[in-house]
Amino acid sequence: MNSNPRRHALRLVLVTAGMFGFGYALVPLYNMLCDAFGINGKVATTAARVGTVEVDRSRTVTVEFVTTVNGGRPWKFRAEQASIDVHPGQLYTVNFYATNTEGHDLVAQAVPQVAPWDAAKHLRKTECFCFNNQTFKAGEEKRMPVVFMLDPELPAYVDRVTLSYTFFDVTDVAMQQNRGT
Amino acid sequence: MAHHDTHADHAHDDHHGPEKGIMRWIKTTNHKDLGTLYLFFAFTMFFIGGLMSLVIRAELFVPGLQFVQPEFFNQMTTMHALVMIFGGVMPAFVGLANWMVPMMIGCSDLALPRVNNWGFWILPFAFGLLLSTLFMDGGAPAGGWTMYPPLVLQTGEAFPFLIFAVHLMGISSITGAINVVVTILNMRAPGMTLLKMPLFVWTWLITAYLLIAVMPVLAGAVTMLLTDKYFGTSFFTASGGGDPVLFQHIFWFFGHPEVYIMILPAFGIVSTIIPTFARKALFGYDSMVYATASIAFLSFIVWAHHMFTVGMPLAGELFFMFATMLIAVPTGVKVFNWVATMWKGSMTFETPMLFALGFVFLFTIGGFSGLMLAITPVDFQYHDTYFVVAHFHYVLVPGAVFSIIAAVYYWIPKWTGRMYNEFWGKVHFWLSAIFINLTFFPQHFAGLAGMQRRVPDYAVQFTDWNVISSIGAFGFFAAQFIFIINILACCYGWFGRKQGLPARVWEGAHGLEWTVPSPAPYHTFEDPPQVTEAELTAVHDKTDALDGHKLA
Repeated sequence: MNSNPRRHALRLVLVTAGMFGFGYALVPLYNMLCDAFGINGKVATTAARVGTVEVDRSRTVTVEFVTTVNGGRPWKFRAEQASIDVHPGQLYTVNFYATNTEGHDLVAQAVPQVAPWDAAKHLRKTECFCFNNQTFKAGEEKRMPVVFMLDPELPAYVDRVTLSYTFFDVTDVAMQQNRGT
Repeated sequence: MAHHDTHADHAHDDHHGPEKGIMRWIKTTNHKDLGTLYLFFAFTMFFIGGLMSLVIRAELFVPGLQFVQPEFFNQMTTMHALVMIFGGVMPAFVGLANWMVPMMIGCSDLALPRVNNWGFWILPFAFGLLLSTLFMDGGAPAGGWTMYPPLVLQTGEAFPFLIFAVHLMGISSITGAINVVVTILNMRAPGMTLLKMPLFVWTWLITAYLLIAVMPVLAGAVTMLLTDKYFGTSFFTASGGGDPVLFQHIFWFFGHPEVYIMILPAFGIVSTIIPTFARKALFGYDSMVYATASIAFLSFIVWAHHMFTVGMPLAGELFFMFATMLIAVPTGVKVFNWVATMWKGSMTFETPMLFALGFVFLFTIGGFSGLMLAITPVDFQYHDTYFVVAHFHYVLVPGAVFSIIAAVYYWIPKWTGRMYNEFWGKVHFWLSAIFINLTFFPQHFAGLAGMQRRVPDYAVQFTDWNVISSIGAFGFFAAQFIFIINILACCYGWFGRKQGLPARVWEGAHGLEWTVPSPAPYHTFEDPPQVTEAELTAVHDKTDALDGHKLA
């Protein structure tokens, strides 16, 4: 036949390289889709600006708190209360307590998650310990306030929102970054 | 398979015969040699992977911990999958493509023979890396073949070996796939237009495109795992802003097309064998081609049905549920076409036909349980149970593996010039068919009742099903030695098996491969053959091919 096999093969090698790149392109694509549709329970990790919002006193939603320490570390980590009843549009403050029970300093990062997934983008936090790394001295206990509100656009069927925090040990990564800067 | 006894045929050949000794196999660029190497490699891996499955079944024979520690059990489930998928099924199909594609389309070799050699010889190194992890501190990878983070990131010294082994397997598959595409699209004999190609060639062409599209994505995903563990990136590390669920999306974007990579060539084999022994042209050739292409397309938009329980929006679950169910349509077209091919045919039941029929029946069972799993609400119950294990083993063992066995029985007389022993072939089929059902059918029930996969222990209520399952597994493994001896006897002429078969070994077989002598000479179709109408009727139900079965 008339076409050139070698060039055909090279074209397919290019396709292969392109698909390798596509695998990497899926990462920003996925994050964009999650952000755009507020899916996957992802919460903003920067402070939200809360303007003047009408408080909806006719509606009460229960917000539950779940705390986890990743990787079986022995730290103590809890919310001061297991749940709180809130009115959409009003700001609330809930304190979280964490204790480094290990004999050395460490840096930890909390990762938030919200269920149900479509409540995630309606949970606005003006202050949260998850916005930054938290440094703990050996044996140190910290009180960490979270200031949040549910905006009144929360879907009508939602009467219970679960906010979960998982603490990860990021000491190694944080040390490297400090050395770098 | 073996060529050292085919020199006589080359004495009166214009071309050089194969080199002697081990260097022949290391340096060879001959598609038949490489096909043989691929097949021997695949059967070695089937043996190793089979031994691993026996460790699993021995441990699960009764509840409690008997023989192995949970850590080693997890290594066995992980390694069994990796070895069987990347070392067994895929190289076996590449081996069959090496042997048959050039002979079916009437060209002398694959388009890139040296790349072909390279593609094969990567594999022993890939599996050397992978299997060496069994002897390392911390043992082999044990987080499952799906390599989900963060669990897989806890793998010990074996981790980089796992990643680089997957890279090497991927490179090998991609070179093989590029070779197949370039060969099929550029080197067909005059007169063989695309819609006149045998179906095995068609299914392999589409499989090769799938490989080129998704193997690089897997390579990217495991590279991200590697950099997450050793270079401080956070693709999947939640504490750094990554998302472990993202890995599942990328992995299954590869993983679902991958499962069709392991079944489409099987469709091609069965579509070749059934017409031969039904002595009719394949029913609905064009629809077979379009069905294969549809299945390949759909494989790209159903990946998230592997992760229904991960917490997706309802709209996503619905989309992936319906898209998955849609696959039943082209697959159903294929099954009905095979049945229609047999309708009013003059059927005989030689061993390849038995395995092909076993394929149609048992693969369909696996397809049905797949439909059940596609239903999102019930998948929440089935997820990660033995029901899933039963489902994918039904499509992979009596599916893909039966088709490979059928293909070897069907073409071994062409490869070696010697006929296998029909009696022992039939014994092999019936033992395989009985034991494989004994192994996997009870797992449906255990799974529906709640038995989890990848756990070395289980509740006592599942004992009876597991006893049956383990007996089946050992029986199936033992039965395969009948096959190996039967095939090696053809290769080496044991038991006084003599060469001297006609070119058209099966009187109902059509296609260019049956126009060359048996055994096939080292070099075939150096000059492009004239494709005759008689050979094309093999694959076509159009023209006057409805009378095709009278050709014999």
